[in-house]
Amino acid sequence: MSNLIAIFFGMALVNNLVLVKFLGLCPFFGVSKKLGSALSMGVAVLLVIVVASAVTWPIFHFLLIPYGAEFMRTVIFILVIASLVQIIEMTIKRTNLTLYNALGIYLPLITTNCAVLGITFINIDQAYTFSESIIAALGAGAGFTLVLIIMSGIRERLDMADPPLAFKGTPIAFITAMFLGLCFLAFTGII
Amino acid sequence: MHSFTKNFLRGIIRSNPTFILLLGLCPTLAVSTSLDNAVGMSAAFICVLLASNIIISLIRNHVPVRVRIPVFIVIIATLVTIVDLMLQGFIPALSKSLGMYIPLIVVNCIILGRAEAFASKNSTTNSIADALGIGIGFAWAMILISLIRQLLGTGKLDLFGRHLFTVPGLGDNPVAIFLLPMGAFFVIGVLLALFRWMGVSAGE
Repeated sequence: MSNLIAIFFGMALVNNLVLVKFLGLCPFFGVSKKLGSALSMGVAVLLVIVVASAVTWPIFHFLLIPYGAEFMRTVIFILVIASLVQIIEMTIKRTNLTLYNALGIYLPLITTNCAVLGITFINIDQAYTFSESIIAALGAGAGFTLVLIIMSGIRERLDMADPPLAFKGTPIAFITAMFLGLCFLAFTGII
Repeated sequence: MHSFTKNFLRGIIRSNPTFILLLGLCPTLAVSTSLDNAVGMSAAFICVLLASNIIISLIRNHVPVRVRIPVFIVIIATLVTIVDLMLQGFIPALSKSLGMYIPLIVVNCIILGRAEAFASKNSTTNSIADALGIGIGFAWAMILISLIRQLLGTGKLDLFGRHLFTVPGLGDNPVAIFLLPMGAFFVIGVLLALFRWMGVSAGE
């Protein structure tokens, strides 16, 4: 149990997807201008990461390993994730139209989000068991959502700030990300 | 030949994937801790981009429009697997330090973006020019960032095990923060601002 807790917080805070592993930078800078859209994006990524981990783990361990086809994992995983995103999108559209409208275009974009594919690789490389990889995915998704929300809060305030002209917009967002990373560095000791 | 040069030059500065379009930043920031990594990553990236542009431009008239994206993804994933296995087999040390960022080239938005926006609509020659231009644009950006991070972060310059020179005053107490992930954010933020200040890219 304590092992699972360590994995969750390790993934969410210490090895944060965005700030330490540099995964999912496109949505991090692209969708962090407004708090509302940041929250939608975070939830969508969390959902897809967990489902993708739950599906790719059995495929790797019960299909690819017995047939000695581990080298196929990149091709298989990206196909599985692309179809999963499509299925999740259709399911949400049928069952919960409000959520579907809130997630909007963010859901299909997640296919090419390296965070999802990255987590499925990490689960395999770290030799996590099934429950461990689900917890790792939950932690990674939670960490991604947390950082996205913090970043969007800061950027909403930054709009009113007055940085040097050349820094306005994206450059100052990168500098902000640096300070955020420095803050998260303080979590290194907790695990 | 005129369009070849035009397509080739476009990716290098005017629509540079890293500094102007801000695409495919994950590998650029993640593995730019040393010059070796940057050179290896750029080489792998150019191989995949060139091969995918060639293949996709060759089959562009035979792929049904509705299934083109899955087809492109499978082609790119296959190419990435080939490059990944070659690296593991021939340069295991480099493969180890690049880690999962090599298989993650699959979801690099630059490659799928060029396939969709360029190679699926243009001739093979023009697609080769486009791939080379974008590839070189990616490579110089990556090498510039890694050069800054390595010089400031370790105080010396090494390339594939050979020591080139030591920065006076930094050799003994380097600014190690540039090797940490935060250093990457700082370097690219300052470079972006610098290019705007110089007028290479447009501000907001």
